[in-house]
Amino acid sequence: MTLEAFADTIVPGEKRHPGDRAVAGAAAGGGAVQAGALELMEWDATGISEGLDDYVRLLNDHAREYAAETGLDPDPSVPPFVALPYAHRTELVRRLVAPGHPEKAFWVLLTLFSNMAYDSAAHMHTAEAIAAGHPGLAAMGITRPGPGGLWRFPAFSYGRPLARLHPDTTPSGSPA
Amino acid sequence: MTSTERTDVLVVGSGFGGAIAAYHLAAGGAKVVILERGPWLTAKDFEHDFMLGSSYTRIFDFVVGDGMSILGGNCVGGGSVVYFAAMPRAPRFVFDKQTGLGRRVWPASVSRDTLDPWYDRVAESIPITKQDWNDVTYAGGLWAAACDHAGRTANPVPAAVDRDHCVNCNWMMAGCRFDAKQSLLLNYLPAALAHGARIRPLHEVQRIERNHDGSYRVHYDIIDEEDYRVRGEGGAIDAKIVVLAAGAGATPVILQRSEPSLGRMPHGVGRYFSGNGERLNTAVLNEDRVREVLGLTREDGLAYAANQIGKGPTVANWDRLDGSLPEFTRYSLEQLYFPPGLGTILAQVADAAGGPSWFGARKKEMLSRWQSWLIIFQMIEDANEGVFGPPPAAGNADRISQQMLGIGRLRYDPAETTLRAWAMADAEVKDILERDGLAEVTAWTNDVVGAYTVHPLASCRMGDDPATSALDDRNELRGHPGIFVTDGSAVPTALTVNPAMTIAALAERAIPGIVRAARERGVEVAYGAPAPDGSTSGRRGVADLLPSLTRK
Repeated sequence: MTLEAFADTIVPGEKRHPGDRAVAGAAAGGGAVQAGALELMEWDATGISEGLDDYVRLLNDHAREYAAETGLDPDPSVPPFVALPYAHRTELVRRLVAPGHPEKAFWVLLTLFSNMAYDSAAHMHTAEAIAAGHPGLAAMGITRPGPGGLWRFPAFSYGRPLARLHPDTTPSGSPA
Repeated sequence: MTSTERTDVLVVGSGFGGAIAAYHLAAGGAKVVILERGPWLTAKDFEHDFMLGSSYTRIFDFVVGDGMSILGGNCVGGGSVVYFAAMPRAPRFVFDKQTGLGRRVWPASVSRDTLDPWYDRVAESIPITKQDWNDVTYAGGLWAAACDHAGRTANPVPAAVDRDHCVNCNWMMAGCRFDAKQSLLLNYLPAALAHGARIRPLHEVQRIERNHDGSYRVHYDIIDEEDYRVRGEGGAIDAKIVVLAAGAGATPVILQRSEPSLGRMPHGVGRYFSGNGERLNTAVLNEDRVREVLGLTREDGLAYAANQIGKGPTVANWDRLDGSLPEFTRYSLEQLYFPPGLGTILAQVADAAGGPSWFGARKKEMLSRWQSWLIIFQMIEDANEGVFGPPPAAGNADRISQQMLGIGRLRYDPAETTLRAWAMADAEVKDILERDGLAEVTAWTNDVVGAYTVHPLASCRMGDDPATSALDDRNELRGHPGIFVTDGSAVPTALTVNPAMTIAALAERAIPGIVRAARERGVEVAYGAPAPDGSTSGRRGVADLLPSLTRK
C-alpha cells in the first residue's frame, strides 16, 4: 500500500474503488499504480525488488517525521505515508529526491521505475500492453504495431523544403 | 597446467573505435581478437519492445554518475547499434580550441583540413546519406519550419541510414530491425571477421598487466547473457598490442583499475571528461498554431502529432557554428527523438506553479500530449569538467538492474561557462519555438540524474602536452607503448555536433601508427586495406599523411 501511494505520487491516477486509500485520486484516468508499478518494482530484473521492505519502512519513517513537523494528525489505520494527503505526499517526495538529500539516489530509483511503469510498461511486452489497454501507453497515444509486432510509418514527411540551408554547408551536407 | 591464450592484437570494445582498428589490423595480416562486454545481436533480434530484457535494454547501458549520467552502447557494434546515425563532420573552429594558457587542446597535427581525408575514408566505408527534404521526418520538418519562421537556417543532417530500407519506426535505440541503419554490424565488423578477426561477446575486460617480454595480459570476466549482474569465471589473453575502445565511460575505468599492475597512468586518464555539452529541451506543440503559423499539415487533417514517427535527428540548426563567435557561445540545435522510458522522466512541465516540475499531476497532463512533443538536442562547448573517481570492483559501474542501469564513478560539476552556454541555447530554443504561440518549451532537469550525455568524450584525450593529455597525437597511451585508445575517450573536446563521424575518423587516422607499433613488436602486418567493400579512393586520399603518422 505504501509503495502504491509512492507510485501514485509520481504519476497520479483515479481511485480504483471508492475506499481506495493508496491511490489518492489526484488525476483522472489510470496512473502508475494501474499501469503496473508494483508488478515492475517486484520484478527482480529491476534490482530494487529485494529492497522494497526498506523503501516501505524508510518512507513511513519519513512520513511520520513529516506529519509531526507539519502538525498533521495521520489516520493510524493506514501506513503513515498513505495517510498523508496527496499534496503532502508530493511535498515529502520532492524533498527526498531533491539535490543534496542523502538518500536521493535511492528514491530516484523508485521514481524512475514508477514512471517507467506508466510511460513504457517496462514489465510487459509493449504490443501486449497496448492490446490490454495499458493506461499510460493509451494516454500517450502510442499507436498499435503492424504485422509482426513491428511499427512502420509509410507517411512520415512533409516532403518539401522548409528552411534555407546554412550558407557554409559542404557538398556532403556537413558544417564547413 | 593451463596456458594463456595469445594473439597479436587485442581490441577491447567493438564500437567505432574497436571495429575500425580490428578490421584494418586483421586485413593487414594480424591475428585479432575483440572482447565485447555486451551481447551479439543482429537485425532479427532487434525487438520493438520496451519490456526489460528485450533488445532495448540488453544493448544499451545507462550509468548514473554524480552530476552526469551516460547513455551508451553495450553490444557487438557498440554505439553504432544504438545511436541515431547522424554523421556530420565537426566544424573547423572546434580543432582550434585553446586552453586557458593559450595552448591548443587538440594536437597540432589534427585540424579539419588534416582530418577531412580520414572523414572521407569513413564516408567510403559506412554509407552515409546526405538527406534531403523528402527524407526529413515530420519532427525535423517542424523544426526546420520553426527555424525558418524565426529567421534562422536549418539543415537536413547527413546520416548513416539507407532510405530505401528505413520505415521510420523510431526504434533505432533498440537496434535497427530493418538493417536500414548502417551500423558497424554491416560494414567494418563483417569485413574484420572475413579477415579472421574473432569477436567474443559477453567478455568484460577488467584490467591489463604488462608481461616481462613487453606484451600485455588482458583479464576479463564472462557476463551472463540475461542478467549482467551475474559474472562467470573469466580468463586472460596475452597480446602484443592492446587497442582500448570500450567507450569514454569505460576505457578510463579499465586503465585506472590497471594502474597497480601496469604502472602509473598519465594525468589525463579519467580526467577532462566532456559530455559533448549535451542537453535536451522538450517542446509541447500547439497543433492549431503549427497549422496556422507554419502552414503545416499532414495526412488525416493533422498538423503534427508525430512524435512517434521518424528516425532520430533529421534537421539541425547550425547558425551558431561560427568560428568568429566567442568560445562557449557556439552550439548546434538538433531535432531528436527520445523514446519513453528514460526519455520522459526528465522532461519538465512549463509552469509547475509551485509544484514538482518533473513528476505529479501536471507532468501526467504533459504526457497526455506526448504525440505533440518535439525534442531539441543542444550540443554546446563544455569545459571538460568530468573526473572519474576510483573504479568500482568490476566493470565501469555497480550494476543495479539486470541490464541497463548502474551507478558509476563520474563526477561532473558544470563550470560557469557551461551553465551559461546551456542557458543561452535554452533561450534560443525557446525563442524559436515559443514564437507566435507555437509551443511551450522546457529544458530537461539536471536535478534527477545530473546532466545527461549520449556522447561521452575526452576521458583519455589525445594532445601534445603530456601534462593534460593521456595520449600522444597518434593515440598511444603515454608511458605505455603498445596500448592505444581509439574511442570517444581520445576526442579532446566537445564537438558541437554528433561525434560518431569524428570518433571514426580519428580511429582511421590512428591505424598507421598502430600498424607500425605492431610491426616493431614482431607482428607481420601491413597498412593499406581498402574500405570494407573494397573501395580504394579513401586509401589514396590519405597516402600523403602516412609519413607523419608512422614516425618513430
